[in-house]
Amino acid sequence: MRRTLLAWLVPAAILVVWIVAGAAHWFAPDQLAPPSRVLAELGSLWQRGLLQQDILASTVRVFAGFAIALALAVVLGTLVGLNRAVERAIDPTLQAIRAVPSLAWVPLLLLWLGIGESAKITLIAIGAFFPVYVNLVAGVHGVDRKLVEVARVLGLHPLAVATRVVLPAAFPSLLVGARIGLTQAWLFLVAAELLASTRGLGFLLTEGQQISRPDEILVAILLLALAGKLCESGMLAIERRTTAWTDGLR
Amino acid sequence: MSAICIDDLRVAFGELRVLDGLSLTVERGEIVAVLGPSGCGKSTLLRAIAGLDVHPTGTIAVAGDVGYVFQEPRLFPWLNVEKNVRFAARSPEEVARVEAVLELTGLQKARATLPKALSGGMAQRAALARTLVRKPSVLLLDEPLAALDALRRMQLQEALGEIIATVGATAILVTHDIEEALYLADRIVVLGGSPSRISLEITLPSHKRRNRDANLTAERSTLFHALSGDELRQEESA
Repeated sequence: MRRTLLAWLVPAAILVVWIVAGAAHWFAPDQLAPPSRVLAELGSLWQRGLLQQDILASTVRVFAGFAIALALAVVLGTLVGLNRAVERAIDPTLQAIRAVPSLAWVPLLLLWLGIGESAKITLIAIGAFFPVYVNLVAGVHGVDRKLVEVARVLGLHPLAVATRVVLPAAFPSLLVGARIGLTQAWLFLVAAELLASTRGLGFLLTEGQQISRPDEILVAILLLALAGKLCESGMLAIERRTTAWTDGLR
Repeated sequence: MSAICIDDLRVAFGELRVLDGLSLTVERGEIVAVLGPSGCGKSTLLRAIAGLDVHPTGTIAVAGDVGYVFQEPRLFPWLNVEKNVRFAARSPEEVARVEAVLELTGLQKARATLPKALSGGMAQRAALARTLVRKPSVLLLDEPLAALDALRRMQLQEALGEIIATVGATAILVTHDIEEALYLADRIVVLGGSPSRISLEITLPSHKRRNRDANLTAERSTLFHALSGDELRQEESA
């Protein structure tokens, strides 16, 4: 209970400053909307059914991209982590791709895949892939060699060693990567939706800017913060439930 | 046929020759303890028998399945005791044996416990149970009790002796503990020299085996001198 209260302390302080800033007219009305305006806009968008569409569109994109990223990262991360030859062959290239800023992909993806869903989902997948991949490779590298030896003494096939020993042992690292990757997916979502979309929270941001509606922009920002936080908490809960076997400090 | 037949075994790690022309035959149901100073190649001998990356030359013939128990329990930390044991089962028969093996090793009450919550002795019992579920005809025991305190080690020595007898396995026990060798073994082999070969072999009379009250003064003294002498020679050559 106290911990929950503590976590709300900073948001409450921000809210107070926000209300004061609105009441004292520190900013022009077309720059900053007071919380009451933002709330009203949120209600209005919801009543018109627009907000639901935006939230749904964005959520579907995020989870589609994240699912693709997760599947690819599990396969590639395991192979690279286990096999030095594979690591030498593909890891440098992947690290170079990782260094490309997210927005740099946008023109190319639009050119290749058009302005449809696939370009957006691909961009999100690129963003979500690397945290999962990097963490899983590190996790596989860190798997206790002695446990692998047990599996070998038991005569397990290399594939069974990977699925029954290496992946379970690296699972906590995979989950850490997945948690960061999902957050990253929301970041890349905005990059994707800012440029070409007619729906979604990123679109709400662009629209708000174009028609000078700070309340609409703030609705989108608040919802993005909420979505990111919800995903983070959900992943943390999964982590706690599935990695109770680790013998760490927490 | 003997359970294990090793002839002219040689193992080298690069330039370093560890085992040099070691020959050893172990009969079915026999427990052979291997003693020797640290680094003399005791574990290497077991790894060579198990086919674990030591690239030996010479011949090693083993009749039947090999089970390996390491110095550390090496349990899979994400599986509880029962699932760790079940991990090794390959067939429905072996899965069905999990229950009996848990009972044999005294682990029924700890079946749902995760490795992180086990004591050292319980963890090593679980490791033994995981090995036994396959009913190996040969057990390779690599200092399995070395990390335990004195009392627990003696208790587990007795349990281990009973278990090996119950399953009727042949066993090679690597240890640095003279008392453990004297209690558990039918025959004791001392490795010495550099590279190592068998420097002493003692067969214990049957009435002195698995008997805490047996008078083993002569054997103890012989082993002590063999091991100390070897240590002295090593220090001189170093």
